[in-house]
Amino acid sequence: MSAVETLVDAADETLLAVEGVTLSFGGVQAIKDVSFDIKKGEIRAIIGPNGAGKTSMLNVINGFYHPQHGKITFKGKTREDMRPHVAATQGISRTFQNVALFRGMSTLDNIMTGRTLKMTTGLFWHLFRYGPAEKEELEHREFVERIIDFLEIQHIRKTPVGRLPYGLQKRVELGRALAAQPDLLLLDEPMAGMNLEEKEDMSRFVIDVNDQFGTTIALIEHDMGVVMDLSNRVVVLDHGEKIADGTPDEVKSNQDVIDAYLGVAH
Amino acid sequence: MGEILHGLFVNPFIEIAGAPDLFVQVLWEGFVSGTLYALIALGFVLIFKASGVFNFAQGIMVVFGALSLVGLFAAGVPAWLALILCIGIMFGLAWGVERVVLRNLVNQEPIILFMATIGLNYFLIGFGEFIFGGEPKTMITSEIGLPTGSFDFEVLGGLVSLQQIDVSAAVIAGLLVAGLAIFFNKTRIGRALRAVADDHQAAMSVGITLQQIWVIVWFAAGIVALTTGIMWGARSDVSFALSIVALKALPVLILGGFTSVPGAIVGGLIIGISEKLAEFYWGPLVGGSIESWFPYFLALIFLWFRPQGLFGEKIIERV
Repeated sequence: MSAVETLVDAADETLLAVEGVTLSFGGVQAIKDVSFDIKKGEIRAIIGPNGAGKTSMLNVINGFYHPQHGKITFKGKTREDMRPHVAATQGISRTFQNVALFRGMSTLDNIMTGRTLKMTTGLFWHLFRYGPAEKEELEHREFVERIIDFLEIQHIRKTPVGRLPYGLQKRVELGRALAAQPDLLLLDEPMAGMNLEEKEDMSRFVIDVNDQFGTTIALIEHDMGVVMDLSNRVVVLDHGEKIADGTPDEVKSNQDVIDAYLGVAH
Repeated sequence: MGEILHGLFVNPFIEIAGAPDLFVQVLWEGFVSGTLYALIALGFVLIFKASGVFNFAQGIMVVFGALSLVGLFAAGVPAWLALILCIGIMFGLAWGVERVVLRNLVNQEPIILFMATIGLNYFLIGFGEFIFGGEPKTMITSEIGLPTGSFDFEVLGGLVSLQQIDVSAAVIAGLLVAGLAIFFNKTRIGRALRAVADDHQAAMSVGITLQQIWVIVWFAAGIVALTTGIMWGARSDVSFALSIVALKALPVLILGGFTSVPGAIVGGLIIGISEKLAEFYWGPLVGGSIESWFPYFLALIFLWFRPQGLFGEKIIERV
């Protein structure tokens, strides 16, 4: 089982630490004093019932939301307030719960946008698409083609993504996130709305990404089977609070988790 | 009744057959106006695509660009240097607009941004008058290397005369459009522009900064405006009335679609040619001067059949 091997391989080094993060919108507390960490090389699942604050947590990590309290330390650097593009610069990329692709653009172009930060030639050359700009374009194109091969989406390279079925759109979105060669990849419900076959494909890609590129992955997912198979460790949120944290087996047998999912008379 | 229909739909063809050289001349005039309308519309499309804002100030940017060029030259700056400085001014304008207006309005409704551009429009009118004065000026056509003569040649037994400035306007417009098309489709920054147009959040998550993109897109629209200002200024003169001409971009956009660069070009040509033909062949029926409103009329008719424009995306509502 590849996921287990990765856990053994991974040095016990913390890539991202979330400490005492509290996030509220007006009077509503979306996240209450949550702490957890993500170790280098692992697949970390964040689960919880609807409205538990999972997506808010991802948004905090990648800088869309700014928590009122708490610290986030990524690769040893602590930050309090940060913009999404800075998160991208530091090596965090993500996918979205409702696919957020550039619908008018082809698969190839969408994945190319993932290379934005790796490309450095200035506006001047771009005006004429000449010299360095052209050379750079070709180099990055090669890299993107490798991602396309990896995700087995060669046949839709030139198709505008708006026309693709949902499962493939999710795959293209994964490709765009991978193109940035992130240290930390955030996946917000990568298998939502997929049929069994698509789920199996996506699971395979997630494991391969983790295995072959050594990318650390944090994922939110509702399908418990998938979560238990894929992840090394699981953190469980409910109503914005952390109620459990541990290996899939530990979490599965935790009474608080069972109560949160099944509902319990208070 | 029959007489009117005859005047509208039969007489013009008799006239065309009688004087084909005049027809060619009118077509050419229309073509040149059309390329300039297309350029103005292109300025609108660029900004609309990248930020979803209809930039009401695009017309005044045309005037402002042309006025700056003439004004700098009048102040003793050599023509070539004035041209370079004007490009700098357009960049400064783009940067200032982002800094002062757009940055504070991120995530606001498009209508708020639209109203901000109306404000910008009146600010630029006042500011331009304050600096350059309100009186019409003459474009420094020959000083910046544009030809002024005309080509005359025989067509179908008559003399057709093409102003050289018009020929160069068409050529320059063509080059500019081709350049922009390559820029938008084939480069990283162009891709980033389209990415921002599609989805702000996703664009930010791959490391694109909205601020930078907005400066670039307003700068591109500024360059288009400057070019239009120079060309149009060379054909008439440089005055604030040019910004009214710029509103001809509206019917062009209705025809071509607000988000389509090819649409702006084709729409511009259709409007330019049809208004000149209508003026020449139908104008006399109603006592002339239909040129100023005919394009709007045409656009309204067109809206009945294709509200999304020739090249606009058809909106499909998912229920």
